[in-house]
Amino acid sequence: MSLAPFSRRLLSVSAVEQLGAYSVLRVSDPDGPEPEPGQFAMLAADERWGGGADERPYLARAFSVARHTGGESHYLLEDVGPGSLRLGELGAGEAIWVLGPLGHGFSEPPEGRRAILVGGGVGIAPLAILQDRLEDGATVLLGFRDAARAEGAALLRGARVATDDGSRGHHGLITDLLAAELEQGPAATVYACGPAGMLEGVRALCAEREVPAQLALEAAMACGFGACFGCVVPRRAGGYLRVCVDGPVIDARELDHVDLHAGAPA
Amino acid sequence: MSVTFCGLELAHPIINGSGTFDAIAAARAFGEQVRRELPFAAYVSKTITLGAREGNSPPRLWEAPAGLINSIGLPNKGLDGYLGEDLPLLVGMSCGPPDGAGAFAVPVITNVMGSTAGEFARLVEACDARAEIAALELNVSCPNVKTGLDIGADPLQLEQVVRAVRPLTRKPLIVKLTPNTADVAACAEGAQEGGADAVSLINTLRAMALAPRPAPVADGGAAPPWLGGRTGGLSGPAIRPVALAQVAAVAARVTIPVIGMGGVQTGEHARDLMDAGAALVAVGTESFREPAAGARIARELDALGGR
Repeated sequence: MSLAPFSRRLLSVSAVEQLGAYSVLRVSDPDGPEPEPGQFAMLAADERWGGGADERPYLARAFSVARHTGGESHYLLEDVGPGSLRLGELGAGEAIWVLGPLGHGFSEPPEGRRAILVGGGVGIAPLAILQDRLEDGATVLLGFRDAARAEGAALLRGARVATDDGSRGHHGLITDLLAAELEQGPAATVYACGPAGMLEGVRALCAEREVPAQLALEAAMACGFGACFGCVVPRRAGGYLRVCVDGPVIDARELDHVDLHAGAPA
Repeated sequence: MSVTFCGLELAHPIINGSGTFDAIAAARAFGEQVRRELPFAAYVSKTITLGAREGNSPPRLWEAPAGLINSIGLPNKGLDGYLGEDLPLLVGMSCGPPDGAGAFAVPVITNVMGSTAGEFARLVEACDARAEIAALELNVSCPNVKTGLDIGADPLQLEQVVRAVRPLTRKPLIVKLTPNTADVAACAEGAQEGGADAVSLINTLRAMALAPRPAPVADGGAAPPWLGGRTGGLSGPAIRPVALAQVAAVAARVTIPVIGMGGVQTGEHARDLMDAGAALVAVGTESFREPAAGARIARELDALGGR
């Protein structure tokens, strides 16, 4: 796990590129630590952070590192509230605060198990950097609401796509494709990130078939480094896990049920 | 700009608010530098209760205009877990003074909460026996099990609790006042009469957020509360003017030192609270945005000439 410098850093946006319904925010960070797949950063615009809808945003926002290459970190944005809206407005050369890389990322696949990457919506982000680091070709299954969002699949190589409305790829849930894939051979390890419903589907499928799964959880966070205790998820053994420091990648066996309480505008 | 507070020598006047910085978790995220260069001149623990607590059901956070509503519910390992597992990891931390000369040891202030005077007494006695703890802070923002009123919201009840635990320790005893009361200065006076060495304020303001629409609203009825604990506490810049007013009111009423906090983001904000009568200033929610904010604020305060 890469440790973050003990201070947020003022970095510069190198580009923001549209990718269907999403945008890819590229931040120049030649001197920062190399993030590991699954790690995240807390992002905030330097200027006009605040004063948006409902006089927000105020807190920094957590984003998985989608890619780290050529001294740049990439983040995948979807406009879901005043924070993501403001970050998406940034242009090349504008200043951005970055705290990270934070959290525990994905672990290597166990010997003899092929990797299946399962992503949903904006949650496909950490699977891109994971695919970059995996030596062997992994199976990539990505689900989206519609065709505009499905353009995000270009972030990864060789993805098979499902859409809720059938406008691209398989008409249905990405877990349909995962179930079929696991039928072909259960000697796999599943890496998943996406909305709570999808992750719960992945967790249940993998639990039934005793396939190891690593789930990258998304949760609203105030800090990202274990201070606020706000981003908790219930642990199967009782009590709670802090997504920021115990995760964001959690072994699916630690969870009884995935419920991330999403829905607040971020 | 080192300061003396209740007999403790501190590198500067900036400390953390209880429950807003977890030095053990921060060292996991940022490494051992956290322990050598803690951004605070004293470290205030999160609230410790007799038994372990898991905390409130999620969701626990809601971003408010220029602030944060939290409903965390005081998760902690309980007194034995804190004293046995966490306290040994909290001693030996140091902070650099703003001018960079030398390193100051960071004393540990342990924050405790009981739901009765008897529980407070057991917590204070156990902490008094530990030399690693430099001072105690009483969290009195907890409901009386009989009346349902916060112990700290009633001056007489507060005075009785402080009077009951005062003989149990010679360590400095700080009372963390609740702002959710009709007359915070009267409560501060009660704490002082009971024997407190200092008061700290403001704690978070009771607040609420409703689930965002469109949301699953049963039968088209009213939107339910968003937070698992129904209500939470508001912090951040939104409450800074309230903090200034309450600190000024308390400092005008008591002779013991006051720790001021509430929405502090800069050295100027810290100086404002000191102008209003605070001896020390605590940083809370700003540390969520920037873990090293306390050190920056101490430097900015120093550059302003202390106050």
